[in-house]
Amino acid sequence: MVKINGKNADAAGKTVEEYIESAGYQKSRIVVELNQAVLPKAEYECTRIKDGDVIEIVGFVGGG
Amino acid sequence: MVPTREEMESALAARHGTELQKKFCAASIAVCGLGGLGSNVCLCLARAGIGRLHIIDFDSVDISNLNRQQYTADQIGMSKAEAMTKNLKAAAPYCDIKADRMMISHENIEGLFDDEDIIIEAFDAPEQKVMLTEEVLTRYQDKYFIAAAGMAGLGSANDIRTQRIGKRFYLCGDGVSDVAELGSLFSARVMTCAAHEATVALRIIAGEYEA
Repeated sequence: MVKINGKNADAAGKTVEEYIESAGYQKSRIVVELNQAVLPKAEYECTRIKDGDVIEIVGFVGGG
Repeated sequence: MVPTREEMESALAARHGTELQKKFCAASIAVCGLGGLGSNVCLCLARAGIGRLHIIDFDSVDISNLNRQQYTADQIGMSKAEAMTKNLKAAAPYCDIKADRMMISHENIEGLFDDEDIIIEAFDAPEQKVMLTEEVLTRYQDKYFIAAAGMAGLGSANDIRTQRIGKRFYLCGDGVSDVAELGSLFSARVMTCAAHEATVALRIIAGEYEA
């Protein structure tokens, strides 16, 4: 099982790119942490989610 | 009459306790963006007696900023870095301020925060927020980082909260209220979010790390 934003998710085997697309995130507005390290955007496509991974997807919106 | 440094320090120590005030005085914090969030964040920090602030913004004060940003009408046209330095000095004359008029990017961020313990994101555009978050969390892993997302419109102030995302990464805001959708930003609600960011910074310096 994979933990995404604190919840169990059935995402193992997908790439990060595939997961964020299927979950409806806008790539330019999120920061992804994989096992507590920032995952650079260029690595979303080639990073495959593994069983036991802990992922945080932090979304940003405009205003400040 | 501007009080002396000793008078200011003893007034702060009387409010905050000598031990905590020493920690505040020794702290150095970067505030990235001096709009509705950043202008309020740095005034909160300067008033608390934070010893050094590194304030950064590329922009100038515009008439459209006055609804929520801590500038005065006679500062329209002035660079925000310069205007905020003046306003901070008026409130906290002995705060050491480093002001940079620049747009932070991948190209110039190297070394920018070497002298700060805590870095606060106070930008407006989500893509800029993402860029700063990724860069700081990658390059400055020994520093604390505080970001903000979601404070537009007039939703309840109670929805604005602080989350601890990682050991050294905090996020303030309601997470959803986007200015692009809601079209408006109000001083009261933006200030609520700014106050969350400033409170996290003060708590970290005080040794309190929970959100």
